[in-house]
Order: sequence, then C-alpha cells, then structure tokens
Amino acid sequence: MGMYSEKVMDHFRHPRNVGEIPDADGIGKVGNPVCGDLMWIYIKVKDGRLEDVKFKTFGCGAAIATSSMITEIARGKTIDEALKISRQDVADSLDGLPPIKMHCSNLASDGLKAAILDYMKKNNIKPPDWVKIESETEEKCDT
Amino acid sequence: MSEVVYLDYASSSRVDPRVAEAMLPYFKELYGNPSSPHALGTRMKGALEESRAKVAWLINAEKPSEVIFTSGATESTNMLLRGAAFRSREKGNHIVASKIEHISVLNTLKYLSKSGFEVTYLPVDSTGILDLEALKASVTDKTVLVTVGYANNEVGTIQPVKEIAEIVHSKRALFHSDATPAVGKIPVDAQKDGIDIMTISSWDMYGPYGIGAAYVKKGSRMEPLILGGGQEFGMRSGTENVAGAVGMGKASELAKLEMAGDAERIAAIRDKMVSRILSEVPYSFLNGHPTKRLPNNASIRFNYVEGESMVLTLDMEGIIVSSGSACSSKTLEPSHVLIAMGIPHVEAQGSLLMALGRFSKPDDGDRVADVLPRIVKGLRQMSPIAPPEVR
Repeated sequence: MGMYSEKVMDHFRHPRNVGEIPDADGIGKVGNPVCGDLMWIYIKVKDGRLEDVKFKTFGCGAAIATSSMITEIARGKTIDEALKISRQDVADSLDGLPPIKMHCSNLASDGLKAAILDYMKKNNIKPPDWVKIESETEEKCDT
Repeated sequence: MSEVVYLDYASSSRVDPRVAEAMLPYFKELYGNPSSPHALGTRMKGALEESRAKVAWLINAEKPSEVIFTSGATESTNMLLRGAAFRSREKGNHIVASKIEHISVLNTLKYLSKSGFEVTYLPVDSTGILDLEALKASVTDKTVLVTVGYANNEVGTIQPVKEIAEIVHSKRALFHSDATPAVGKIPVDAQKDGIDIMTISSWDMYGPYGIGAAYVKKGSRMEPLILGGGQEFGMRSGTENVAGAVGMGKASELAKLEMAGDAERIAAIRDKMVSRILSEVPYSFLNGHPTKRLPNNASIRFNYVEGESMVLTLDMEGIIVSSGSACSSKTLEPSHVLIAMGIPHVEAQGSLLMALGRFSKPDDGDRVADVLPRIVKGLRQMSPIAPPEVR
C-alpha cells in the first residue's frame, strides 16, 4: 500500500496497548461512528504522570495507527506534557499521514486530552486555560 | 506469498490476453488515419468499423452506426446526458435520475442543474430497485431525459429496465442508462430493453482503458460534446483510437460468446463465498438484491467495524477488495448508494465490495471466507461499539 507510511502500517498491523482499563482514572471519547471514526482513550494516573494509556478504536488505518501511537507517546508523561501533544505531533511520529486523514482520522491527541480532562474533572483539578481540543474548531462530518 | 486473490474488478479490471493480442499489431505494423482515402487509411477504417459492429452485436443495436466510440464511460455519460439535455431544451428542462447513479452521472447532472435544468432524484428500495411509482409520478410533459443505471456498480442490483423504459417513453422523454457494470456481464439488449442512449465501458468487460462507447439509438435527439473534424458521425471528433476500438471490439466479441459461461462459473464462486461469509461471520449482511444482481458482485456489510481497516487487513493476506466506507472515499462520505438503500451511516462504513471476474479462480471465494471471520473478529475486539458477544 502506497497510501500510508511504513510506520503507520506497522502500528496498524501491530497496534500497541489495545483494550480497556477497567479502573481507569479518566476516559476520553471522541469522534463519531457515523463519520467513520470513533476513539475511546483510557488513562491511569499515578503521581501526576500517565502510568498507563489504552485505547479502543472503530475506524480506518490512520485512526487505528494514531490511537496506537498516542498510547506510546503519552505513557510516562506528566499531565501537562501529555496535554501539549498535538495532532501534528502524532502525525509526525508516524512519519506523516495522507492530507485527507489529518482531520477526521487523527483524533487520538484529542482523545487523550478528553481523557485527561475527565480525570481532572473527577478530581476537581482546574484544567489549564491553554488546553485546546483541536477537532472542536473544525467542521463536523455532514450527516 | 501465494498469488493474490483479486476481488476488485469493480474498481479496475484486467485486459484479457486475447484482447491485448488483437491490439498489438495496431501499435506496430498497422498505422494510418482512418479518415484518409489511401490504402493504409482504408485498412484502419475497416478495422474501426468491424470493431463498431462487434460492440453493436454485443448490445443488439439495430445498426453499428448507433455506436460512437469515446475515450471511456465517463466521457460517454457526459456526452449523452449533456447532449440529450441541451438538444431538448425547447421541449422542457426536467431530468429524472435515481439516487444511486454513478458519480459521473451525478456530477454531470449537478452541472446541468446549474445550467437551468431541474433534476428529480428518485428513491430506491432497501435492495436498490428503483421506485417505479415514484418514477411514474415524477415524469411530466416537461421531462426530457430519465437516467437510471442498468445495474449498480457497488451493490450489483439490476433494475427493471424495460418497465422503466415504458414509463419514460409514455412522456416522450429519452431514456439513458449507464450500463457500465452490466454490459458483458449480463445480456443487455438495447432494442428489447427500450434504451435510447447508453453508456458502455471497455475495461469493465476486460477491454483496454482509454476507450468506451456511447449507444445513440437512431433518431435520438443528441448533440456532440467534442467538436472538431466530425469523426464518429459528427458525434465525437478527434482522430479515432483504432487500437482501442479493436480491443473493445475483441472484448465485446468475447463477452458475447462467453458471457453465459462466465456468469455461471463466477456466480457459483460468488454464491459459495457469500453463503460461507454470512454464516461464519456474525452480524454480516448482504447489500443489494438477493437474486436480481450482477453475477460477479458481492457487497457485504459487517457491523461494528470500518471498511478501510478491513481492506488493509485483507490486503496483508493477499486479498484485494474495496470498501464503501467514508474513509476510503475522497469526499469522506460513506457510499451514497448504501445510504439511499436506507442502511444507517455507521453500518455503511463497514461495507466491503467484492467483485469477481473472468480470471477469478475456483478457490478464491474460500480463501476469503477462510480469513474473514478472524479479521472481522480482530477488528471488533478493538472496536468500542462492538457488543461483548461479538468480540
């Protein structure tokens, strides 16, 4: 397949950290199955760091690969570090994504942020003002 | 890796080796402009006309001159829809189409609606059959053109073409049918079916790319799209693609002679594959009509998974298919055909189109059915919307 980089295909073939965390500290649900992509990101937090990150995803090759990649990038990071991971960071770590896949299918960083915000809400922590859910500012799929 | 299982004949076919063989002399020793009066030109003209006659034979046109060679099905559709609409402006400005037409039809209609035509899009039922009552209700004295595909490329459903033609003709409108996926696969008889103008593809029937044909029944109101030296009876100017025409002619001849045998053999592989998949993969459903369908088409949707991820996973197993999911399209929209058939968006995302062809092997279906249950299960294990019992 020429469409995706080797790294995308590697993460698609062998997705890392698939599954649920039963006693997750935060869960982020982003996307919409109607549009073709849905991601659930689970996090476990210990001493201000992401001790464990897992995912479940319904979607195309890029959706699965970005989900897998974010779990690798985010593990061990502090909350602040993890909140700064952008879509571009995820795409860069995968040696790029086809332009058409940069939006709908590249929701993993938003999924992670949503999971962290869920954790913060549960623990009455005020999220920093600069946190930006990137997919919120763009057009939703037309259904 | 063993030889790939190619089930993407609806996206791109293979040129029959006998077709390639017939074309080769026209890239080597045979040359000359068919419009020239000299011996070389005359010989080329002879080959062109012989090929035209073969295409006409395949679709049972009354005369070979009703077949116009074009650069392909998309050009044929553009020429026929625009040419018929603009030529009939004094009669009216109303066009009727099904909602499940090919994108080349839909985008040409979009263009026509910007040029002053009104287009009514008719619904289909859950199997993809056109709603004939809606057709009857929509055609008026102002209707100049009705376009309904002979059979659907994605789900394989074959339309009641004769009944459609009768309704269209009751209002003296022209009936266009995009028969791209049908010609060469099932008997298409332009005269008996009552088709006035028709799109015909070459590569869909194992002919070469870069050529196609438009059937224009004698007396149909039509104007050309491409102007120039007046080739193709003035309907399509430009020096003729004789090598392409020879290839399409050979493909037509082979299709006419081998269609029945091909269809029976291919449908047997398809039917076994479909029944195995439906019984071995839970929550899998056949799209389209159970019996009124192209012999080579299998369109199946799998709940809780997305099409492109299935296409990529099957590709790793050497199985080549395509999907109707949004992720696989340039528009990021799921198949308009599946949506028109009332299939929910989320289910349409999980559709696979498996189109067999003349070169499909008897065990191709089994190779797919052997791996699909595991592939779908694996993706469902990853899917947040899959209920526990299917993971």
